[in-house]
Amino acid sequence: MNRKVAKEDIDSRVFDTLNIIMLFIFMVIIIVPVWNVIISSFSSGKALAEGGFIFWPKEFSLENYRAVFRDETIWQSFFISISKTLIGVITHVFFCAMVGYGLSKKYIRGRKLYISMGVITMFFSGGMIPTYLLIKSMGLLDSFWVYIIPALYSFYDVVILMNFFRNVPDSLEESAKIDGAGDWRVFLKIFIPLSMPAMATIALFNGVGQWNDFMTTKLYITDQALYPLQMKLYEIIVQSQTQSMQNIGGSAIIETTTKGVQLATIVITTLPIVVIYPILQRYFISGMMLGAVKE
Amino acid sequence: MDNKLVVAPAVRPLNGKKPMKQRIKEFLVDFKRQWEIQSMVIPGIIFMIIFCFIPIYGLLIAFKNYTVIDTLESAPWVGLDNFRIILSDKYFWDAVVNTLGISFLKLGIGFIIPIILAIMIYELNGGRFKKFVQTISYLPHFLSWIVLGGMLITWFSTTGLFNELLLSLGVISKPQNILLDAGKYWWIATLSDIWKEVGWGTILYLAIMSKIDPTYYEAAKIDGASRIRQIWNITIPNMKSIISLNLILTVSGLLGSNLDQTLVLMNSQNRVKAEVINSYVYRMGMTQGDFSYATAVGLGVSIVSVILLVTANKVSSKLNDNQSVL
Repeated sequence: MNRKVAKEDIDSRVFDTLNIIMLFIFMVIIIVPVWNVIISSFSSGKALAEGGFIFWPKEFSLENYRAVFRDETIWQSFFISISKTLIGVITHVFFCAMVGYGLSKKYIRGRKLYISMGVITMFFSGGMIPTYLLIKSMGLLDSFWVYIIPALYSFYDVVILMNFFRNVPDSLEESAKIDGAGDWRVFLKIFIPLSMPAMATIALFNGVGQWNDFMTTKLYITDQALYPLQMKLYEIIVQSQTQSMQNIGGSAIIETTTKGVQLATIVITTLPIVVIYPILQRYFISGMMLGAVKE
Repeated sequence: MDNKLVVAPAVRPLNGKKPMKQRIKEFLVDFKRQWEIQSMVIPGIIFMIIFCFIPIYGLLIAFKNYTVIDTLESAPWVGLDNFRIILSDKYFWDAVVNTLGISFLKLGIGFIIPIILAIMIYELNGGRFKKFVQTISYLPHFLSWIVLGGMLITWFSTTGLFNELLLSLGVISKPQNILLDAGKYWWIATLSDIWKEVGWGTILYLAIMSKIDPTYYEAAKIDGASRIRQIWNITIPNMKSIISLNLILTVSGLLGSNLDQTLVLMNSQNRVKAEVINSYVYRMGMTQGDFSYATAVGLGVSIVSVILLVTANKVSSKLNDNQSVL
């Protein structure tokens, strides 16, 4: 008996060790490339041209960042990115909460119709071109509001919030109504403060989506003044791709002058995500679960 | 809520249905009484009509010959002409081959890896290392494809991480930018997608695993089952339904592809292997302005996707003792 237990122990330990080693390798595969990008962005153009492993800044320099910020349009893009994320998130969360609150009331007339309309929109859509034609006919092309208005609503988020509101005890609403409060008052003064955790989850996801979104710009915006950071970065990437293509077999130096700028822009564009990531992480597992148990 | 009490069941006619006129009247009375709560829902309904249902109606241009000077109504009908052109469009079928190639690679490799990774993380049994692994593995999901595309271009450049690594390992003798090599594009698209999403893909599996009753494992331990055996006989059977649900969703998405990824990684050298259906629709519609044709392609593909979804659901419910997972 004793021997058997001991054998199992060894088996189990071998398993654990192998498991940890493999996960460690996995970590390296995720971390090293990212680290390499961050570190390279702080290296001088000359060091980048020489190549070699870069795990620690070779000839530490801020010249890449200086080059990025010398371009005034990057500040404009920063401004666009931040304002579209902030305005987009606030309006999206409020709009979805409002509709979700209405739909959370079982007695509301037409509820079945409203819900089935929502379900249809989850499975069918007009696709790229009909949506483009709609946006065009609404005069939203080359307008800042194209970032905000079409992103106001998502039935998925409405359902999550609706389920959250439904779990709030009825007695709260009833007592407020006895005191003469209307539905809007109950919603704004009682339900919104109570549902902050659910709304924060949706806000964070929506915020990341807004910050990372690039297709909206690519499809609907041609005015450079309205480019967010992602589009700016895309332009830099395309530009340096073209350069390196004309340079096949040529010198590495041309390839690296834009490379430094590209690296610095990547880091700048990702920084806000990394900063809010710890907060994000606290919410997203609960957020995933909110979605998974819907209805 | 009080309105429910007002309607006494006895007033209803014998067949159980009230006449239409009375129902409409009641609806309007209720609607008026509920105006405040209705005023919260109606904006959402208007939004859906404008931004979801009007574009669905706009799919009609797939059956018309729409040009920039037309309106949706004035464009002449052409019936199924656009769909007929699709059948003989070589570039479209090239895009289909690329889409399916990349999708099947993603399905073959990218479907199983998150499951393995989730099991590995689950077997860590708590602790700081587990938290760390999870934190790191979720992070790439939050990078945009533009950022990741920029990173990939840097890694694969002739002086980048990838070439340096292979050079020092002696695998290659001369640095080469593999993003310009069309033959390798499918692998780049697949592996970079896996790198980005593998950690995120574990969340749902880990959540399901955390609900498995721990007494199963204790009993198995007493019976002398090895850890691998415990995984095979307890963990995996418990995840069967979530795995088949995910599989169905993946299969129905076989014709879909990542437009962001394609747009950032595609260049004139690898286009032949990189052009997927999505980017083809984008190019035909947005760049070349052939709205009707692009819409027809998009519509055709989504119809096939729906058929795939239904078929996959049928097949898996047959395998799953006639229980549909959807």
